[in-house]
Amino acid sequence: MRIESAKHLQQLQGEYSADLNRFPQKVLVCCGPGCLANGSEKIFNEFKKILSAKKIQGITVEALKKTGCHGFCAQGPLVVIEPQGIFYTRVQVKSVAEIIEKTLAGKEVIPRLLYVSPENGRKIENYKEIPFYSNQMRISLRNVGKIDPENIRDYIALGGYQALAKALTTMQPQQVIDEVNKSGIRGRGGAGFPTGRKWDTCRKAESDIRYVICNGDEGDPGAFMDRCIMEGDPHSILEGMIICAYAIGSTSGYIYVREEYPLAVINLQKAVEAAREYSLLGENILDSKLDFDIKINRGGGAFVCGESSALMKSVAGDVGEPRAKYIRSVIKGLHDKPTVLNNVETLATIPVIMNNGSDAFASIGTKKSAGTKAFSLAGKIKNTGLIEVPMGTTLRKIIFDIGGGIPNKRQFKAVQTGGPSGGCLPESKLDLPVDFDTLTEAGSMMGSGGMIIMDDRTCMVDVAKYFLNFLVYESCGKCVPCREGLYQLYTLCNNITEGNGKEGDLELMENLSQNIQIGSLCGLGQSGPNPFLSTLMYFREEYETHIREKKCPAGVCRSLITYEITDDCTGCLACIKVCPVSAITGQKKKKHFLNQQICDRCGSCYDVCQFNAIIIK
Amino acid sequence: MEKVMQNDLSKIADIIARNPKEPGSLIAVLQDIQKEFHYLPCEALMETARVLGVPMSKVFSVSTFYNAFSLTPRGETIVRICQGTACHIKGGKLIQEQIESALNIKAGETTPDMKFTIEIVNCVGACAMAPVIIVNNDYHGNVKCDKVKNYLDGK
Repeated sequence: MRIESAKHLQQLQGEYSADLNRFPQKVLVCCGPGCLANGSEKIFNEFKKILSAKKIQGITVEALKKTGCHGFCAQGPLVVIEPQGIFYTRVQVKSVAEIIEKTLAGKEVIPRLLYVSPENGRKIENYKEIPFYSNQMRISLRNVGKIDPENIRDYIALGGYQALAKALTTMQPQQVIDEVNKSGIRGRGGAGFPTGRKWDTCRKAESDIRYVICNGDEGDPGAFMDRCIMEGDPHSILEGMIICAYAIGSTSGYIYVREEYPLAVINLQKAVEAAREYSLLGENILDSKLDFDIKINRGGGAFVCGESSALMKSVAGDVGEPRAKYIRSVIKGLHDKPTVLNNVETLATIPVIMNNGSDAFASIGTKKSAGTKAFSLAGKIKNTGLIEVPMGTTLRKIIFDIGGGIPNKRQFKAVQTGGPSGGCLPESKLDLPVDFDTLTEAGSMMGSGGMIIMDDRTCMVDVAKYFLNFLVYESCGKCVPCREGLYQLYTLCNNITEGNGKEGDLELMENLSQNIQIGSLCGLGQSGPNPFLSTLMYFREEYETHIREKKCPAGVCRSLITYEITDDCTGCLACIKVCPVSAITGQKKKKHFLNQQICDRCGSCYDVCQFNAIIIK
Repeated sequence: MEKVMQNDLSKIADIIARNPKEPGSLIAVLQDIQKEFHYLPCEALMETARVLGVPMSKVFSVSTFYNAFSLTPRGETIVRICQGTACHIKGGKLIQEQIESALNIKAGETTPDMKFTIEIVNCVGACAMAPVIIVNNDYHGNVKCDKVKNYLDGK
């Protein structure tokens, strides 16, 4: 199937959308990372088996869709019945036949599978009424969870590639750039550089060849927004890239995607092949004389390759070591040619700006940070999952209204944003609006969008140690301040958690941090001390307690705590079975005994005890 | 190290031939070889260097730089333990210790019978289900430390 022109595309949209809506009901099975881990593939297959065998109320197996992430991972596996918007949670394989029989055939809702509001116990039928969804605004995630990502027809049916057609047929490249500029969109990868300005500089750079690269190397631990877009709506990224190629005058593009995301690699590959088949990639796209093609590169599992110059080296088949950026990559990037490198979410947003206009986009969010931003919520939070909200939404609204707050009646302690380059913000900063600039002023950063929520059982010194260990491992080793400095910072932090901290250590670490920030070559080192500095800024007391009293108030640092079994012990043997060093002995229905000499304080027993009979001292 | 067999050599040649014969293909070729053998045999590195026209020193440097590559043979079952931030604060370390003690090896090592290898990954992007382990290609979320053995048995 070759799409000849913009008009032809419009005609196809009509056809495909009629085709998509020919069934009275649709079944959307979430196959995002969270639901897949909970067995949603089996649920999809069960639906497929039953619906393939017989037609139910005019519904065939074609009305069944395997979609990307619906976002509400905590409630998965999820199944949504459209057009009613019936939202079934924690679906099991054995419930599938019941859903088909009662809901699809009998138009009857199954209350047992509905979401229950934790506030009033009310069962909510339509997902749009659940606070997790009703407080969101989805732009980059607009299609994720609604379409079958493996089918280009679904994307076209929902208006896909119309933005490209509009740009190619009604706008000059410079107009496209002006429009992107006016929308105020800034790079969603974390740095927040204005996208329009990046494109403009690249277009104006003198060269015969220019490149477009999509950065899908989502390396920040705790972030999975880009993954969900690549897996759930790959065509929106391609469309954004083709529009960019037209604007800057490029014929060749790359998508650099983490190998740890195998499904993203597969779905992107399928999307590129389908786009080629429909002549949306290749020569003379939509009869506009634009030639452009995309190649997919798999990353090798190096965090530093998310950095632009390292990524470009890796695309060229080299070791991913960053270079000094006296000359920026929009002037001299991949193979020393001008290159635009944009994040997945940024590119997926471009088609919306083209379709709805820059003013509509600029009116969302704040003055300096326009539009919406996707975040992943993880850690000690009830509603773990994927969300998108207008910029400027407060942390409190994200964590408590959408995220549902902290589980197990524990206290909120901090939220970690921005991955290893970001920091931790305490309760007092919860009313800050989330945008590019405000969180940076507060000592953290918005970053690419990972949010890890921590409760009072999380030790902030341990969190700093965790990130420093991560960065020591991921430092490429090219420059000394990063390679050696972070290692020394980690060692000092580790000493503190082991009870060997001394007076003056914190001051030494602060001094060392400054040197690492000033002396490092790339962002990894320059922002490397941030997790330490931000935790020190807001939780200095906790560090001091570790150093002076040799105690870990959160009960995490092993050298500073002991576990004890109380009289609440019922003698259930659970802790004995799980103890990796066999430090616990005892008989059934009798209080167990913990040998402190053998115990290595791993906490496995604490984790499995259902009677709160193990305490930390 | 095990000796690579004759038919493995032809497999290696096939894998290299699937990619464009240029230095830029280096990472892609090594990824394909890693996928097939679960490690990079020495013979494969030499052949890759020869065919793509890249110095052996560069092949070695690339294969030791990226986490995805291993120069030692891996076990039949690869147990990957996520140590992303969310997994860390939700007890990923405990899970790691349970698996290490169940298999009697440390992370990064392979059991002597070549059945299991434990790998640590920085984040697999399934943070909502933390802590997460991946046994071969099966994801297991919200892992409890007393259930670890079941996943290893394939239940």
